[in-house]
Amino acid sequence: MTTMREAFGEALIELARTRDDFVVLDADVAGGTGTAVFRDAFPERFIQCAIAEQNMMSVAAGLSTTGVVPIVTCYAVFASMRAVEQARNSIAYPEFNVKVIASHLGLDVGPDGPTHQAIEDIAIYRAIPNFRVVAPADPFELKKALPVILDTEGPVYMRTGRSPVPYVFDRDVEFELGRGKVLREGMDVTIIAVGVMVHRALDAAEVLEGEGVSARVVNMSTIKPIDRELIAESASRTGALVTAEDHNVIGGLGGAVSEVVTSTVPVPVERVGIRDRFAESGDPNDLAEKYGLTAEAICAAAKRVLERKAAVSACG
Amino acid sequence: MSEDIYIELSQKAKELRKYIILMNCYAGSGHPGGALSSVEIITYLFHREISFFPDNRNDPDRDRFVLSKGHSCPVLYGVLAQKGFFGVEEFKRLRHVEGMLQGHPDRLKTPGVEFNSGSLGQGFSFALGCALGGKRAGRGFRVYVLLGDGELNEGQVWEGMMFGAHYRLDNLVAIVDYNKYQSDDLCSNVTALEPLAEKFTAFGWHTMEIDGHSFQEIGDAFKEARTVKGRPSVIIAHTVKGKGISFMENNPVWHGSLAPQGEERVRALRECGLDDIG
Repeated sequence: MTTMREAFGEALIELARTRDDFVVLDADVAGGTGTAVFRDAFPERFIQCAIAEQNMMSVAAGLSTTGVVPIVTCYAVFASMRAVEQARNSIAYPEFNVKVIASHLGLDVGPDGPTHQAIEDIAIYRAIPNFRVVAPADPFELKKALPVILDTEGPVYMRTGRSPVPYVFDRDVEFELGRGKVLREGMDVTIIAVGVMVHRALDAAEVLEGEGVSARVVNMSTIKPIDRELIAESASRTGALVTAEDHNVIGGLGGAVSEVVTSTVPVPVERVGIRDRFAESGDPNDLAEKYGLTAEAICAAAKRVLERKAAVSACG
Repeated sequence: MSEDIYIELSQKAKELRKYIILMNCYAGSGHPGGALSSVEIITYLFHREISFFPDNRNDPDRDRFVLSKGHSCPVLYGVLAQKGFFGVEEFKRLRHVEGMLQGHPDRLKTPGVEFNSGSLGQGFSFALGCALGGKRAGRGFRVYVLLGDGELNEGQVWEGMMFGAHYRLDNLVAIVDYNKYQSDDLCSNVTALEPLAEKFTAFGWHTMEIDGHSFQEIGDAFKEARTVKGRPSVIIAHTVKGKGISFMENNPVWHGSLAPQGEERVRALRECGLDDIG
C-alpha cells in the first residue's frame, strides 16, 4: 500500500529526469499534495505560489505562454471551488496548456473533515468546456497517466489521493486518455468505478460471484471525455449498471454514465457515492463504512439494479 | 518629448477616441467610460513603448500587453487596428455573432490579444505569470498590464501584488487607470482605495503617480520603470472617466454596458469629428 500523493511525487521526479518541459506550482501544501519530494529534487522547477490559489491559477496561464507546461497542485476543494473561476476564465476559455492536479478528494481525506473533503470536483471540472478530467485508480496507473496528460495539449484536471490505497494494477498497466478498461468480465451487471472505488468494485464483484451474480468491472479513469462506446456496450451486454465514486452522487461519474446511458442504451443505473451531504472527520475506512462507499454498498447497489432490470424485463 | 512626437500621439489618441465611440455605437453596448480614460496610456504604450507588431505577435521575445480591465477592450481593439492587426471594418461586428471582436477580449478570436480578460484580477496574475516565465527563460521581453481602479477591489490583485514583489519581477509594469469611478459609484464610496500609492509601496512595488492624460508624464514613468531593478513597477495614472466626450466625463453611468442614443449619440459623434457612424 502506498498513497496516490506519494506516487504523484515520485512520478514527477521520474519524469523530470527525462524531460525539462514542465514546472510545478504549489500553494504551500507540498507536503499534503506529495510534491515536496519534487521541490527538494528540482527546486528550480518548483514555483511556490503561497496560499493564494486564485493568483496561482492565472499565473499558471501566463507561464504556459513562455515555453513550459505548468502543473498546478493544491487540494481539490481549492482547485475546484476557490480558484475554479480562474481555471475557467484564465485556462479553459483561452485554451492554455495547463494541468491542474489535486489531492484531498472525497472521504479519502479523512480526519480533516468536510472543509477539505472535495465531493464536487469531478462535477465542477466536467462542466467546464475544454477541461479533460482524469482520476487514476492506483499508483501504477497514476504514474502512467502523468506523462500522457502532459503530452495532451490543453487543460487537464487530475485527481490523486491522500490515503494509502491497495494496488489494482501492476507496473505494466497502460493508460489511454478517454478509454475505460474492463478489469473483470461478467454478464449480469457492470460496475463502473473510479479512483479508490475501483478496488472496492473488484472486491464487490468477488462477493457477488459467490452469490451467483456475474459482474463486469470497468475502471473509468477518464471521466471526460468519457468512453461512450464502453458504457453503451456494457449496458447492452449486461443490461444493468452500477457506478461507484468517492464523490457526490450528483454530477460525477454517476452523472456522466447516466447521461451516456439515457442517450444510447437506456438501462437501470444505481449510483454509489456520497448521497448529497457533508460528511465528518474520521478514518477514511470508517467514513466509507458510514457513508456507503464500501464493497458491501456496491453489492447492495448491484442487487437493487438487478431487481430493476428484472422488473424491466418482466414488463417487456 | 519632441513636438513631432507629441503631435503624432495626439492625433493617434484623437483617432482612438473616435474608434471607441464608433465601436460603442455599432455595438449598441459596451463600456465607453473606462476605455476613454485610458486612451493616452494605450496610445503611448503601443506607439512608443512596446515592441509588439503583427509580424512578431507569436515571437517568444515579444513584449506583452495585458488589458486586465477587459471591459475597456474597445481601446485595445482600436489601437490594434491602428497597428495593423486587423482592419477597422471589424469594428462593425463588435459584440455581434461571428464577429472577431468579443465583448471582452478573446485571444483565440482577435489577433494581438494576449489574454481572455474581463473577469477582474485575472489579467494581472496572468501578466505576472508571463513576467516570471520570461525571467525563468532568460528572455528580455517586458510585460505591461492595465488595471482598473475598481478592479483593485478583487482579492486576487493583492495576492498578485505579493507574488510580483516576492519574485522581484522588474520586467513588469502595472498601470492603474485611476479614473475614480467604478461600476455603480465613486470608488471612494464603494470601498476606499486610498492611500493607494502607500499600499503598493508597502507591498514592495516601485510606485509612481502621474497624470494619465499627459504623454510626457506617461513616457517619463515608463522610462523610469526601465531603470528599476529587483521589484515590479506600478504607475498610478490619474485619469478622467469618459475623457473627451463632454457628457460622459466623470459620469458613472458611462462605465456601464450601454451606448449613447438620440441627441447624445449625435453629440458624442460630433465631439469626435463625425457626422454619423457610416
